[in-house]
This record gives sequence, structure tokens and C-alpha cells, in this order.
Amino acid sequence: MSDLAAFRAETRAWLEANCPPAMRTWMPEDEQVAGGRKAVWKRPEQKVWLDRMAGKGWTAPTWPKKYGGGGLSNEQALILDEEMQDLGCRPPLRGMGLSMLGPVLLEYGTEEQRMTHLPPIIKGEIRWCQGYSEPEAGSDLASLRTRAVLQGDHFLVNGHKIWTSNAHHSDWIFCLVRTDPTVKKHDGISFLLIDMSDPGVRPRPIRLISGASVFCETFIENVRVPAANLVGELNKGWTIAKRLLEHERKGIGGIGARQAAKFETPVEDRAKHYVGEVGGRIADPALRAKVAGYNMDYQAFQLTRRRAAEEAEAGQPPGPLSAMFKYYATELNKRRYETILDAEGFQGLGWEGEGFTDDEIRLTREWLRAKANTIEGGTSEVQLNIIAKRVLGLPD
Amino acid sequence: MSIILTEEARMVRETALGFFNERSPITELRRLRDTQDPDGFSRALWRQMAELGWTGFLVPEEYGGSAFGIAGLAQVMEAAGRTLTASPLLSTALLGASLVAAAGTEDQKAAILPALVAGEHILALALEEGSRHAPDRIALKAETDGTGYRLTGRKTFVLDGHVADTLIVAGNTGNGTTLFLVPGGTPGVTRARLTLVDSRNAANVAFDGVRIEADSVLGPVGGGAAILEAALDFARAGLAAEMLGSASEAFERTVQYLKDRKQFGVAIGSFQALKHRAAQMFCEVEVTRSAVMAATAALDQGGNDAAALVSLAKAKANQTFFRCGNEGVQMHGGIGMTDEHEIGFFTKRARAAIATFGDTGFHQDRYARLMGY
Repeated sequence: MSDLAAFRAETRAWLEANCPPAMRTWMPEDEQVAGGRKAVWKRPEQKVWLDRMAGKGWTAPTWPKKYGGGGLSNEQALILDEEMQDLGCRPPLRGMGLSMLGPVLLEYGTEEQRMTHLPPIIKGEIRWCQGYSEPEAGSDLASLRTRAVLQGDHFLVNGHKIWTSNAHHSDWIFCLVRTDPTVKKHDGISFLLIDMSDPGVRPRPIRLISGASVFCETFIENVRVPAANLVGELNKGWTIAKRLLEHERKGIGGIGARQAAKFETPVEDRAKHYVGEVGGRIADPALRAKVAGYNMDYQAFQLTRRRAAEEAEAGQPPGPLSAMFKYYATELNKRRYETILDAEGFQGLGWEGEGFTDDEIRLTREWLRAKANTIEGGTSEVQLNIIAKRVLGLPD
Repeated sequence: MSIILTEEARMVRETALGFFNERSPITELRRLRDTQDPDGFSRALWRQMAELGWTGFLVPEEYGGSAFGIAGLAQVMEAAGRTLTASPLLSTALLGASLVAAAGTEDQKAAILPALVAGEHILALALEEGSRHAPDRIALKAETDGTGYRLTGRKTFVLDGHVADTLIVAGNTGNGTTLFLVPGGTPGVTRARLTLVDSRNAANVAFDGVRIEADSVLGPVGGGAAILEAALDFARAGLAAEMLGSASEAFERTVQYLKDRKQFGVAIGSFQALKHRAAQMFCEVEVTRSAVMAATAALDQGGNDAAALVSLAKAKANQTFFRCGNEGVQMHGGIGMTDEHEIGFFTKRARAAIATFGDTGFHQDRYARLMGY
């Protein structure tokens, strides 16, 4: 047996022995585990599963062992992921520490910053949020105005961030701040880590069209941040910011390849349920064509992810494919919900209360939540600009 | 199952890209069109393609082929699609070879396949009868007549029909579809070449009580539908690869034009209205490429999802080639409307290729049916 085959067998055996049955079920949005000091455990198994996986470092499978990571190769991590999907294991931990800040600290952080921040991320002890957008700096992120003034051994920070996802549940925030207002906008930005236990950091949840409040605006008022919390060089934050956005897009582009896929009801089954069947087929031919069109594009996209992974594994140079993942995955995800709501008819219009199943209410809320997919982490239009510039070489 | 290319297939790809670029640029299709070439393709070029072994990719070794497979042949098709090369690849190397190799008797295979591999025998499938692809609706009458059969009816859109040495005719024998090998010059066969918008070969073929012997039957009597369906999937996947090549070329030429053409003092590619559409085309070309690669890999490896993947590949190729062809003309502006410029050839070819072996609606419906809805 090859090393990888042996690893696969061991991994599967370990997962089977250690993943609680309750963690091999479909995971509702509100049972995602993001950890942190304010974590709420809806089920005790969530904590058991997190601690077991964190113990092996498998919440961050490819991070080095000295920080508590799994130390796995990319091939091994892919096997772990495949086995978890096959068994329907929930991700034990999610969050911006794992998906965005960690990779950036591994690349740009000091050893001290890594030793301080990576282990609590891996164990789910500290939850991070992202301080990027501001009211006047959306797609034009680099025009941000949150000011950080270096005063000896600390920065004094003042500003207003917005769309800070889950800021009210988080412990720390990584922020883009303006450290030099006199130079070109991209050249005066720095990347700063801020402890939110400071009373000068005040997150305020924003009620969204879905009724939920996952986003906040965060006010930062006269907060003193140790100079040692600067990541990378002063005024060189834009490079780090862009790299972090790549990680963010990779995460958002992963929509659709998630654990839920194993448990999700296929769109065609919902269509049959609501409009009926004729000879085993969706009775409404227009809806049938719409469902098939969506499913085909979804499959073609999944095949494209697989092709990119296979090319990488075969050691072929990374192609331009990854530039399209965020755009394509999020547009598809919106289309999925629109197709489901088309199928549901009146039953897709419930907000709460009688007359609708929990599933129907959930889907309606998710339909609205999905609208953010093509806005957050760089709008679809920004993604198309990036493809046009970097892949196609079209001029500014 | 892996979908990326093997080292050998990548070598075929490199060879084919160079070959068609050098020997069969679009000027060659223009020449065939403008001189009203009687064959509609270059026999010299076809022999060179045979020498490179491409005609034998779906033919077993014992009949002179290499059985290299459809994923390899798709590389050739894609390269041919880039220069819109007219050749019997689809009619003969794909459809003819897979039908005869799959269903032929020893005698039939020995008579046809080695000559096919040598580039000396052209086959054409006489299948369609109506205005769109309908392999399950065969009306052409095939009645028993003594020891043989008598064929009566009309076929249309027979690719390479007017130059075929042998026609493979789908007939209705009352108990289902039966395939017949009919030499092109058999008495009672009337072939009328069509002049198509894409300057490629197709013909109407009439069968007026054509008498053939029982040894002309290809495969089981009444069992032609399953054989056809399997061979058509090879043809659809190969055609999807050709269309992918054409779409990629139209797209790349258009992006180049966006960089070169200046209006208002700047390259028109700096305009977001065009940039975004170009970026969307890039995405569609790439997902189409993945679908084509997965379909050909599944056919070669006998995957049980092959039929659905083929429909996926052909449907995506239809949509993407349509888009890249039309956007190509639009983004080239006035010059794109001229016959002198080559971009218009792509949009014409797109229409014909989309109609061949199933348009988007056909393959969406087939995909849904295969997936149980």
C-alpha cells in the first residue's frame, strides 16, 4: 500500500472512531462552529468534535505542527477532506482566523505573532473578524480612512468599519488602517491586529434583508494598539490585504463544495415535489429546463474545480482558473436559490409562522442571504475586472 | 477517474495544433468555398492526417488502428476546430470508425477499417430525416426482399454524404432501427450536395427502392438504436471538442482585437462594458473545456456517467461557441460584418455545429432524463 493509501485508511478509521454521530448530520447555518470566548454550543458534541480535531491539528490540516497545526501535505489534506465529505462529517471549526488571517500570518507574520495567534485559532479559542470595508470604501477599498497614528510603542486608532461579519461574536479584529494620508492611497495602508476587548471598539449589528444580523458596523474610538501588532511593514499593508482577499475568495468560491452537499435535497426533487411528476419527470417542462440548465452549469463548474486540483497535483503550473472561482461559484449559488424559489411558488414566500415548513422558511432566508455572495469579498463586477486585467491582459 | 490529459495525449495536442496552423489555416476553408471544390475537403490533407495515425484512434490494432481513444482524438478535433478545418474527421474517424468497430462482422471490419485508417475510405451516417436531430425517429423503410432488403426514403444533413464511399443508413425494419452499409454508388441512391452556411459538407440522400444483400446489415436487425446511441456519443463528444477549439480561437482573436482597436483615443478593451463580457466568455470557455475533458475521459474509461457527461459537454459547447461567435462579430464591429475578415466564419460554423447531433434543448432534456427528472 502506498503512503497515501495508508494515510487514507488511517484517517478514515480515526474519523469513524472519533466523529460523534451527531456531527455526521446535516448542519444548519446556526450550528456552524466558529469558536471564540463568546462561543455558544448548541450541542455538546460540537465541542467534543472540535477538541478532538484540534488535538490532531486537523482544524488547520496544512499548518505546521509547531503552531498546533496538522502538518499535512496538500495531498494528505485533500484526502482528509474527501474522507470527511464521504462520511458527512461537519467541519469542526470555521472562521476568518482559519481561512484568512492564519495563512497571512504564516506568510507575513513574525514568529512571535505566529506563536501568539495561531494556536488559539486552531483550538477555536479566539474568534477573528475582518475590518476592511468602510462606509466610503467598498469596492474602492484602498480609499479607506480609518486612521492609525504611531505614538512611540503603540498606534492610536480611530475609524469606522462596516460589513464586519460577526464582529459582535468576535474577540479580535484584523484591520486595514491608514498610516500615511500624504501618499498615493495604496501606499499609506497598514495591516493591524486589534484586541476587541478594548471598550473603544464597539460593534453594532446591522439587520439584513434576510432578517439576520451577521454583519456589523464597528466603531473604533481612541484605541491604543501595541506597535508589535503591525503585520508586515508599515505602509505595506495593501500587499497583505490583497493576499488575504485571495484567501477570502477561495473560501467564498468553495460554496457548493461544502459538507451540506451530502445532505442537501437536490433541486430536481424539490421541483418534483411542488409541481408534480409526469412519467417520472418534472411536470412543468419550462421548470425542468431551468433545473437542468442550473444542474449542468453546476456540474461543469465542479469539474473545473476538479481539473484545477488535478492539474496542481500533477505538478502542472497553476493556470488562470482560480481567478474565476469566486465569480462563478457565487453566481451559481444565487441561481440555485432562485431556481428553488421558482419551484416552490407560493411556498417560497413565507417569512415566519404558520403555513410554511421550517425548510421553506429556511430556504427563503438563505435565498436572501445568498445575495451577499456576489457582493462580499469583491463584487462579481470586481472579479470580472480582475479576470480581464490579470488573465486576459486587457488595459485599464 | 482522472480527467486531465495523459502525457501522450498532450503530445498529440501539440502536434495537431502545429499541423493545422501550418497546413490548414482558415484561408484553406475559404479556398474550398470560393473554388467550389468538388470534394469540399482536401484529400491530400486527409492522407497526411491518416499518416499521423489520427484516423485510427478509434480503430482496434488488428485493423491497423491504435485504439488510442477519444480523449486523444478530441485533441485533434479541438486543434482542427481552431482553424475551422473541413475534413472527414467527424463523419469517418469518429462516427464511421466507432460504428463499424463496435457492430461490424469480421468481414465488414476487414473490408472497411484498414482502408479507413489509410485515409482511403470515407464513411457517412445517413441518419436525420426531419429538421432537427432525432435519432429515435427513423421512417426510412427497410423491407425484406428475398435474401436481402429494399430501402425507400429520404435522408438529410448527411455529413460528407456526397463524397462517402460507404453510407451507413439507419432504416426502420418494423421491429426497430437497423443499420445498413450501402456503397455510395449503389443504383437507386441519389445524392444531392447541400451548400451550407459554414461551407462544410452535407447532402440530401434519396433511396428509391435500393436493393442490398443481407450481409450489408451492420449489427443486429432491429438493434440499431443502441449501437447508434453509443457511437453518437463519441461523435457528440468529438464535435464538442471541435467546437471548444473554434470557440477558444474566436474568443482569443476577439480579446486581441480589443487590445489593438483604438477608439476615443484608447484601446476599446479598456471599456468595462466589453471587459466584463470578455471575462464572462473566458469563464464559459473554461467550464466547457472541463466538461469536454470529463466526457472524453468517461467514454475512454467506460464510466457509467458517460452519456450524461457527453450531453453536458455538447450543451456547454453549443452555448459557449454560440456566445463566442456572436460576441466575436459584435466586438469586431463593422469589420466583423465583412467576408474578408475571418471572425464571421466562426459564427457561421457555430450555427451548423450546434444543430449537429443535438442542440442545447435536446441535450438539456436528455441530461434531465438520464438524471431521473
